[in-house]
Amino acid sequence: MNFPTSAHVIVIGAGIAGNSVVGHLAELGWKNIVQIDKGPLPNPGGSTGHASNFCFPVDHSKEMTLLTLDSTRQYDEMGVMVVSGGIEVARTSERMEELRRRMTSATAWGVESHLISPDEVLELVPFINRDVIVGGFYSPGVTVVDSLRAGTIMRERAQARDALTVLPNTEILGMEVRNGAIHAVMTDKGRIETDYLVIACGVWSPRIARMAGATIPLTPAVHQMIDVGPIPVLQQTRSEIGYPIVRDMDTYMYERQTAGSMEVGSYAHRPIFHHPDEIPSLGESLLSPTELPFTDEDFDLQMEHALELMPEILSQAEIRYAINGLLSLTPDAMPLLGETVEVKNLWSAAAVWIKEGPGVGKMIAEWMTQGYPEIDPHSSDIARFYRFARAEHHILARCSEHFNKTYGIVHPREQWESNRRVRTVPAYPRQVELGAVFYEVGGWERPQWYEVNAPLVEHYGVKGRDHEWDARWWSPIINAEHLAMREKVGMVDLTAFAIFDITGPGVVDYIQKMAVNQCDVAVGRAVYTPLLTDTGGFRADLTILRLGEHHYRVISGGGDGARDRYWFRKHLPTDGSVTFVDNTSAVSTIGLWGPNARRVIESLTRDDVSNEGFPYGSVREVNLQGIDALMFRISYVGELGWEISVPMEQGLRLWDMLWEAGQDWGVVPVGIGVYGTTGRLEKGYRLMGAELESDYNPVEAGLARPKVKKADFIGKGPYLEARKEDPATILCTLTVEDHTSASGMERYMGGNEPILTADGERIVDSHGRPSYVTTAGNGPSVGKYLLLAYLPPAHAVVGRELAVMYMNELYPVKVAIAGSTPLFDPQNARMKC
Amino acid sequence: MNILVCVKRVPAPGARIVLTDDRQDIDTRHLGFTTSPHEECAVEAAVQLRERHGGTATVLTLGPPEAVEQLRYSVSVGADQVVLVPADTTELDPQATAAALVDAITELESGAPFDLILFGNESADSGGYQVGIRVARALGRPVISGLKGIEIDGDEMVGRRETDEGFEVYRLPLPAVAAAKEGITLPRYPTLPGRLKSRRAQITEVAVEFSSGGQEMVHLLKPTEEVTETVILGHGAEAAPQVVRLLEEVGLL
Repeated sequence: MNFPTSAHVIVIGAGIAGNSVVGHLAELGWKNIVQIDKGPLPNPGGSTGHASNFCFPVDHSKEMTLLTLDSTRQYDEMGVMVVSGGIEVARTSERMEELRRRMTSATAWGVESHLISPDEVLELVPFINRDVIVGGFYSPGVTVVDSLRAGTIMRERAQARDALTVLPNTEILGMEVRNGAIHAVMTDKGRIETDYLVIACGVWSPRIARMAGATIPLTPAVHQMIDVGPIPVLQQTRSEIGYPIVRDMDTYMYERQTAGSMEVGSYAHRPIFHHPDEIPSLGESLLSPTELPFTDEDFDLQMEHALELMPEILSQAEIRYAINGLLSLTPDAMPLLGETVEVKNLWSAAAVWIKEGPGVGKMIAEWMTQGYPEIDPHSSDIARFYRFARAEHHILARCSEHFNKTYGIVHPREQWESNRRVRTVPAYPRQVELGAVFYEVGGWERPQWYEVNAPLVEHYGVKGRDHEWDARWWSPIINAEHLAMREKVGMVDLTAFAIFDITGPGVVDYIQKMAVNQCDVAVGRAVYTPLLTDTGGFRADLTILRLGEHHYRVISGGGDGARDRYWFRKHLPTDGSVTFVDNTSAVSTIGLWGPNARRVIESLTRDDVSNEGFPYGSVREVNLQGIDALMFRISYVGELGWEISVPMEQGLRLWDMLWEAGQDWGVVPVGIGVYGTTGRLEKGYRLMGAELESDYNPVEAGLARPKVKKADFIGKGPYLEARKEDPATILCTLTVEDHTSASGMERYMGGNEPILTADGERIVDSHGRPSYVTTAGNGPSVGKYLLLAYLPPAHAVVGRELAVMYMNELYPVKVAIAGSTPLFDPQNARMKC
Repeated sequence: MNILVCVKRVPAPGARIVLTDDRQDIDTRHLGFTTSPHEECAVEAAVQLRERHGGTATVLTLGPPEAVEQLRYSVSVGADQVVLVPADTTELDPQATAAALVDAITELESGAPFDLILFGNESADSGGYQVGIRVARALGRPVISGLKGIEIDGDEMVGRRETDEGFEVYRLPLPAVAAAKEGITLPRYPTLPGRLKSRRAQITEVAVEFSSGGQEMVHLLKPTEEVTETVILGHGAEAAPQVVRLLEEVGLL
């Protein structure tokens, strides 16, 4: 075979990720694919080679569950899968509650699962010590797969289509980038030019990406496992796997049969990280580069726990294999997928585990082929990380923190503890003085609520929450701040906004191409608009201000700023007619909202800020006591007021000015608990990543405007199609009618729970999408607990009585709004006065 | 029957061994450590003899504090007692090692000699083949090397060594010394309870003075690597002509 000198796409890595990408690219019609691995085939020595190969389908994350279910379908179709079933056993009542939460997620995503008693656990796995467990969560659909064989099949299929050349035992030495795009790779056997490159190198990915000047933020981390045998009861099954896999959740361990022995693995030991540059080569390794010498002392406690759970079978058998296996960890424990933000046409398929491998392959191939994948990659998109989060310091800090939470009980609102205070706002010291409780978004510290407002709880008679879990990472102060803002006026720090200034002669055409709604508006007007994917789903949801003939400012949420930045930059025209500047770090913004907001501003300026002089939806510069502030009359909480932006160095001054002027008008500092949840929910405002995902369109979300602009924009075709049809689902606001649980406590959902019929049947729309809670929270001014959820038209009827499952119990709910009409102040009179 | 087994902590490298920049050592940054395979078998043989004849099986190593890892492993597979002779290195020359071991053994025995002292035939790293024989000579005891089989018969040990034609059988009066070879018996793996027990094992330390031996290392040298590559000539019958051509090339046809 001649060494190729050019390729359409090169895929580096022949583990589960690389092989799956290769297989799916070929299936979607890609030709001239070259796959390279430093190691031999079929096991080049990466993490796939020593993986435990079991797939538990249920995850609280919808995205991860969908990827896993898709992967399982693919493994099944390739004939490399055995259904073993799996049980997550609980040793504590706290874990049982978590298993009830898992039942809820299983119901939401449609995965068959059962809560079972200790006796039922023993019926399935008779050698478990009944004395240490209190129950279990049984998923009959847990599988064991042959990931190496799956990889070979994927490659062979691509070869059968005459689409693939495989180069094993070939080392990547360098990369060439031209005009910001990948151009060629240098290997120890020659140079290959290419249009596209996919890095699927598992633990080596950061090292390979760096050759092109790109970052793939992961760290190789140790996962210890031992193989114990022979065990007669397992040998008698005469199969690779005859008993369900057991996850001993409270000790962060699993026990999985491998033929006549038991593999015992752990996520309980101390975090042990390696550097991608310091992994030994295949030749230097005793076993393989990712099967490193076992460090006994880290596993002592785990052995005791394993013996405790399965004393009968584990006390006689011998430890025949023990490794510190390397796998990939990322700062937020999700994969790293998509085009890298630094180099065009250089893609990442990294930090992929066996359970999601084939699904990821399909996702990447679709993404490269049609511009966006079917499953929304929101949480896996490599573009989600800001620069600071790509640094080794951050990666190691966060991975150290979450490694032991792999099997942990993680509250959905739980905050990170490590590497905090990376980005603080000018008014941060004031907020600390006011007792702000900070939550993090995109590295920014944002007050979620202010302890100084505690007396307001009594003043407004706000109720607390009975159950510790529901009250965790929450405070009744949020509701009190909400009511105070609606009664008087509140200050919300919004400096975490991502701010992009886009200018140049071509900017109108460019912005029109990006956004759904008409952006060719008068200078000084603002447009709230979705951005769509090529396939017509939501890609972003933001506000665009026209600040000049050739100047737009894009304002997006801090959580999505990094992804939005990538999206805008990716689509910039190449002729230089548009300039993009990320001014996030240059602008501080404070929102001032409430009936008294205008009075506060009037006391600071002689400019006309009346309703007539400064109408809703407009933007202008206002001089506030000598500071030129850009004021934007808008509200995400449904009140009169402005987002007020100043240069970062005047942010503290602005805070102090508003604070002092606000004293006469009853100003309260208001946290993101109100801005992001209670205020927003009462107004039915949608949030990117919650209600707005790429598998929904603006018609379904109730965001379609009466008219469609003439100009072309990304996703226009599918959008026009969607407008012609009746929506398959409609975003609704629901109210919880009774919070009382079987034990008599009042319970409060947190989001992601399934919406069911009143008698508990799952609701799935005609596209197969289940109904679930996209956001949950209090509506203090409407006196109800509110849920947003998509419902098929038959159920999206005001007054319809349904149920929400929470911790495996049903609670009655009622549809209050079908569509986007606000529940609170439906005429928006308060904002527009 | 009291048996002492002397073991050495050695690196467990892959196919390619990397040297440190000064060529004084092998680069062990990514390597685990183990007991030399011959010695692992010697430990197993000692544990089996103890199981059959009673007494104790003691394992001793000379080395840095980390060598305790190998001692604990011995406990996890059945050793009763373990002894560390602390040293900065495992790389004393054979003469110095033997001298230090003789001092340590003399102190351990204090009048009651071990019935049997087992060594590995040679260490997996430096492979000097000498320490067992030097210790035996210094202690004035009979020694057999290349040991592939062992039995106790009254106050004698019966040892077997392999030759090209078959076995040689020796009878040695106890106390005696023997250097075992891999294959003497199949070492067991530790059990979970064995591992846990080993964590709690008491380590006896016997400090000795070190004298310099007669050897000095200049540096390590690595033979040039032979780069080989597998070329797949084809599948099934279609590969036959290529195989024929290859066999002709090397002069076999």
